[in-house]
Amino acid sequence: MPGKSRRDFLKNSIAGGIAATGISASVANAGPKNILSADRMGVLVDTTVCVGCRNCEWACKTAHNLDSGDLNSYEERKILESKRRPSEHALTVVNEYTHGKNSTLPVDVKVQCMHCDHPACVSACIVGAFSKQENGAVIWDTDMCIGCRYCMAACPFQIPAFEYNKAINPLIMKCDFCFDRTKEEKLPACVGICPTETLTYGPRTELIRIARERIKRDPSRYIDHIYGEYEVGGTAWMYLASKNFTELDFPLLSKNPAPGVSESIQHGIFAYFVPPVSLYALLGGIMWLSKRRKEMEGEEKI
Amino acid sequence: MSRNSVLPQPIKQKFFSPGVIALIALAINGLVFLMGRFFFGIGAVTNLNNQYPWGLWIGVDVAAGVALAAGGFTTAALGHVMHREEYHAIVRPALLTAMLGYTFVAVGVFIDIGRWYFIWHPLMMWNGNSALFEVGICVMIYLTVLYIEFLPIVSERFIGRVNLPGPLASFNKISDKILRLLDRGLSKTMFIFLIAGVVLSTLHQSSLGTLMVIAGPKMHPLWQTPILPLLFLLSAVSVGFPMVIFESLLASRSLKLKPEMHILSRLGSMIAPLLGIYLAFKLGDMFIRETFVYLREFNTASVMFTIELVVGVIIPLRMFLSQKVLKSPPLLFTAASFVVFGVLLNRINNFIVAYTPPYATGSYFPSIGEISVTVGFIAMLVLAYRFVVLNFPIISVHDKYSAQPTKYSIKEVGK
Repeated sequence: MPGKSRRDFLKNSIAGGIAATGISASVANAGPKNILSADRMGVLVDTTVCVGCRNCEWACKTAHNLDSGDLNSYEERKILESKRRPSEHALTVVNEYTHGKNSTLPVDVKVQCMHCDHPACVSACIVGAFSKQENGAVIWDTDMCIGCRYCMAACPFQIPAFEYNKAINPLIMKCDFCFDRTKEEKLPACVGICPTETLTYGPRTELIRIARERIKRDPSRYIDHIYGEYEVGGTAWMYLASKNFTELDFPLLSKNPAPGVSESIQHGIFAYFVPPVSLYALLGGIMWLSKRRKEMEGEEKI
Repeated sequence: MSRNSVLPQPIKQKFFSPGVIALIALAINGLVFLMGRFFFGIGAVTNLNNQYPWGLWIGVDVAAGVALAAGGFTTAALGHVMHREEYHAIVRPALLTAMLGYTFVAVGVFIDIGRWYFIWHPLMMWNGNSALFEVGICVMIYLTVLYIEFLPIVSERFIGRVNLPGPLASFNKISDKILRLLDRGLSKTMFIFLIAGVVLSTLHQSSLGTLMVIAGPKMHPLWQTPILPLLFLLSAVSVGFPMVIFESLLASRSLKLKPEMHILSRLGSMIAPLLGIYLAFKLGDMFIRETFVYLREFNTASVMFTIELVVGVIIPLRMFLSQKVLKSPPLLFTAASFVVFGVLLNRINNFIVAYTPPYATGSYFPSIGEISVTVGFIAMLVLAYRFVVLNFPIISVHDKYSAQPTKYSIKEVGK
């Protein structure tokens, strides 16, 4: 239902549910916006180009009102000696690995939310706070979140972070693909600042074409794998690399969307409420029969 | 049958005892740590982090809590749906355990979620794709149903005996009237709630298993299977009666009552087939997915899986097949404890041990704070149970003076 806001949709489905005395098929369909637009955007990360300047980290923090510090302090390369993960303090980080084929330069990998085409977090979130937008971004509504952290348990890339040390209003934090900036036709902050054109922002289909072309043009530079093209059903952020992705700490994932199995079980159990209602009827029947049997037995005794 | 003439009644005993004092101390200790969680955030009290979002509170307080409260719906199915009146004496204690158990599950969720003041959000904001949403809604409705099922016990206790203190005394008559009205209405409609309780339980017991399916490869293959919901349901069904036996024998010991062996051993004789079905599916799943290869490795996962299966399922299964076990209170208690332990361990394994984050820099072990809160809640649950059985007609007591020894004979068992 494009053009219809999530809240409207929720309101309608709740109204429908109440109309059907709380039991209605609309519940099974109720859920957050989860659109897979044909011209959704993405980012191609060419790890063979990245120099690990970490300007993207600074730009990201600045764009998201996080404590970013002085841009010059990011020149310090000592921090690259240990592997870091995105957290509630930094939505993207760059990690450095030893060199790949045909190069002596280290490989630097920017890590952030992959913005899956079939996001586990969108499927998992108990209140439907997460949504997949037309432009490819997976964002979440902070006002809805109850802080259950099921999105963190579900995410195959271990991305969502949580503010564990806040007593009031702790938030789930992750890359939001600069949703507020891209709405105004601006580039995501990291893409905008990248000095080496490691990051290419564009329609996902176009990015796959570009990636294939690069591999074809320079097969000695790249391994023949676009990470994110098929992983967990495809992601908006995709990577090119000069060495095996597992060596760069990318998880080895199947082509099946992460929420697939869970959703089919869920919809199987709740197929238009037929299974629960049948079970109710069956138990009602057993109850009636066994009561009747007891009564007849009683009569016989008399 | 003469046994049916024995009616449930409040147990006439003092609330306080040395054990009760110890439980109160544990409860207070838990509450102190709980205050830390509310004043300084979840991170201040728990060992949870961005790698391990869920820990002891979800694994034990919530997941195991729901499973171990399964005595409520299994005895309701047996006693009310199948109309086996001979089991009515255990239906009320099981209902009480379920009601208190689920209450603490709800409290467990409340303290574990970061934004507890939004706990009502799932009522308004729905996500039909989310297994957690389904569990949440089902547990909420089921908890309400449990309270409704408990109402007749309250009205039985107070009808004609409402005696409010001091200035509230003028409400005595009206309260009595309300109770009588409720009682009359409920006695005609109770069957709706009884069946609903069983249906809701089968739904959320299984969906609790669906929860971790979405974690995919983050969960150890020994546990990660698409039939997780079925395994959770089967294990919940098979832990229902052992939990009733466990709790009944514990209560009769603590309250110095004669154990209800004539009912418990008959109940015990039904456990072996239920455990057998669970074991068959568990083993079948292991062989179909060929996960037994992981048992050749020696690590936490393989050890925990083996303990869960051998101590929690196979040993008690064998024990419940023996007439000697069924007739002896200590042996019956041991066998029931094994099943309870097995299911508790299974939930811990599924939610904590099996969970392996792709970028783990360490492993998770609950903090003193987390353990204190969990232990504190269990202590509070036991205290609440004691308070209710001392004040409400829950446990069927045989008249001590007219008790004939033959009444407790279990010779008829197994006919």
